[in-house]
Amino acid sequence: MSSITADGRRLAGFPSALRAFLSRRSSLMPTFAAVTIFVLLLVGAQLYFGNFVTPLNMSALLLDNAFLLILAVGMTFVIVTGGIDLSVGSVLALTGILCAKLLSAGVSPYLVVPLTILVGAAIGLVIGVLVQFFDVQPFIASLAGLFLARGLAYVVSLKSVRVEHSGVLWLETKRFAVGQWYITPTGIIALLVVLVGAFVMVATRFGRTIYAVGGNEQSARLMGLEVARTKVLVYVISGACGGLAGLVLTAYSGAGYPRNGIGTELDVIAAVVIGGTLLSGGTGYVLGSMIGVFVYGTIKTVISFMGAEQAWTRIIIGLLLLLFIVVQRVIVVRSERRR
Amino acid sequence: MTRVTKHHLFWPVACLIALIALNTAVRPRFIKVTLREGELYGAPIDILRQSAPLMLVALGMTLVIATRGIDLSVGAVMAISGAVTLTIIDGSGSSGSLGTVLMAMAAGVGLSLLLGVWNGFLVAVAKIQPIIATLVLMLAGRGVALLITGGFITTVVSPPLKYFASGYLFWVPFAFIIAVVAIVVVALVERRTALGVLTEAVGINPEASRLAGVRSRGIIFTAYVASAGLAGVAGIIYSSNIMAADANAAGELIELYAILAVVLGGTSLLGGKFSIAGTVIGVLIIQTLQSTILFLGVPSAEAPVFFAAVVILVVLIQAPRVHRVAGSLVRRGRARETGSQVEKAKVAA
Repeated sequence: MSSITADGRRLAGFPSALRAFLSRRSSLMPTFAAVTIFVLLLVGAQLYFGNFVTPLNMSALLLDNAFLLILAVGMTFVIVTGGIDLSVGSVLALTGILCAKLLSAGVSPYLVVPLTILVGAAIGLVIGVLVQFFDVQPFIASLAGLFLARGLAYVVSLKSVRVEHSGVLWLETKRFAVGQWYITPTGIIALLVVLVGAFVMVATRFGRTIYAVGGNEQSARLMGLEVARTKVLVYVISGACGGLAGLVLTAYSGAGYPRNGIGTELDVIAAVVIGGTLLSGGTGYVLGSMIGVFVYGTIKTVISFMGAEQAWTRIIIGLLLLLFIVVQRVIVVRSERRR
Repeated sequence: MTRVTKHHLFWPVACLIALIALNTAVRPRFIKVTLREGELYGAPIDILRQSAPLMLVALGMTLVIATRGIDLSVGAVMAISGAVTLTIIDGSGSSGSLGTVLMAMAAGVGLSLLLGVWNGFLVAVAKIQPIIATLVLMLAGRGVALLITGGFITTVVSPPLKYFASGYLFWVPFAFIIAVVAIVVVALVERRTALGVLTEAVGINPEASRLAGVRSRGIIFTAYVASAGLAGVAGIIYSSNIMAADANAAGELIELYAILAVVLGGTSLLGGKFSIAGTVIGVLIIQTLQSTILFLGVPSAEAPVFFAAVVILVVLIQAPRVHRVAGSLVRRGRARETGSQVEKAKVAA
């Protein structure tokens, strides 16, 4: 009970409309917390360095994290159904090196780009089929996907492959600038993926089915929703996002490298959780995941500004993750108590 | 015959024997073990020696998985333990003395146990999903290890430390002896006391076992502490093997291999019944497979493709749908058989 009164006291300061909104949408709280942390980070860094929140820096934030953003959208789909996809880092490496290798062999990019995304989607399909039709736990099924994609990446090439194709490099080098603000085609791709992802999750039948499956799979099935198709599709989407991210990363770094993205799946999961998606499924927002990625990217930039070891990035991300799971835990416990 | 095939260790053992047979068929030298200057040599001995770190980690993982949990942080704990141990030895100025090395190892394992307490607290007391609770340490742990080593790969020259991974005791690699001791201790504690049964009870139904008076919180706590402690020892063996603390590479992907070993050994990820012998065989399968892949001339980097194939094969064998299909095929086959027998009987009559 004390927590509820504390809640009431804290919300008393807000206008009544906002208060009603917050109590109705308690699942949005973690996402609001993420936005708050993002703003605090920016304000704090600006006060500390004096030249942090500049158009150049903010544009670079989107540019440097475009591939993470794309992965995070796919991961949000999977996690909201209550699953998990460990394979995204490896898929990123596989599709990236495949794309670079095919381009260097002179294959037309009009063929390479769809193929890259298809390969990612195919690995997602394998995982989805294992999960849905063979009752394999998502953790193990996507683990198989992780091994498969990583091994195949080495099969494609053991060394890094440079990309010379001007069309692909254009994705990275072309800057649409307004004053000092700029955005690259890769950034536009990432933002488009976020927008499409958010739209699909919120405004389509498929998106609502994803929430229903994550909330209670049994009920969703009894309601006659397409549970099987939805559960396979989210992994295919995550895989396709992995393929697209591999393409973007290859354009970004100008090369494909089979050791890319080791541990990236963890960064992505952390960003998605920080953005307010519950790992137990049923709750989460694509836009929240975007904020989570920006929090991650900002911490990385702050640390390089300070000239500190990049090792601190992972420590701070770990601590933030801890903070957020505790916040989520409190919210879950409170809503259970209310029932 | 059905009793043999129904035994929970049948498939893992069959798989291991098949692997060994395959290797021996392709290169008869594989199975040969020779005694040279009081030390055993040969491919099987190499496999046993190299399997030690994974064996320790997988043992701990078995206990954690039995409680319905998972410990993703073992690789990070290995990195931290190795980093602490080698940094202490490096800074002591007497890297050759046994006392220094033992003290440094104690510090590494001690810190690992503390990290296990941290994991146990998050899972058992704060009731956070194990996958996420241990993800925190998995993410932060490698960063901590990098800070300890200052971002470099710390190398040391220390004969006592080298003995840990490369030495022999009674003709057998010392690292393997450590693994055997760990297996025996865990097996005795779990199977000769009620702890194993209680752990399975917690894994099968946490709520019911709590109502039945099982102190599930303490049991879950212990599992994570044991897992981290064993990972700490594994980290020391790893760094003793290369005589360096590599915060990035130590225990890379080992959590996944350990989980794979546990699953190969027939322990379900859903918790409950667990098999220590199964895990031991699972580890040996993985290590033999790795050696096979190397022998076949596949670049070790491409090995994950084979592991993916193995994982998919194993989970398919265990999948209920496959069992149903196989079951109906067998039944149909039998029906046809009895049908043809009936016809034969008719013809005879």
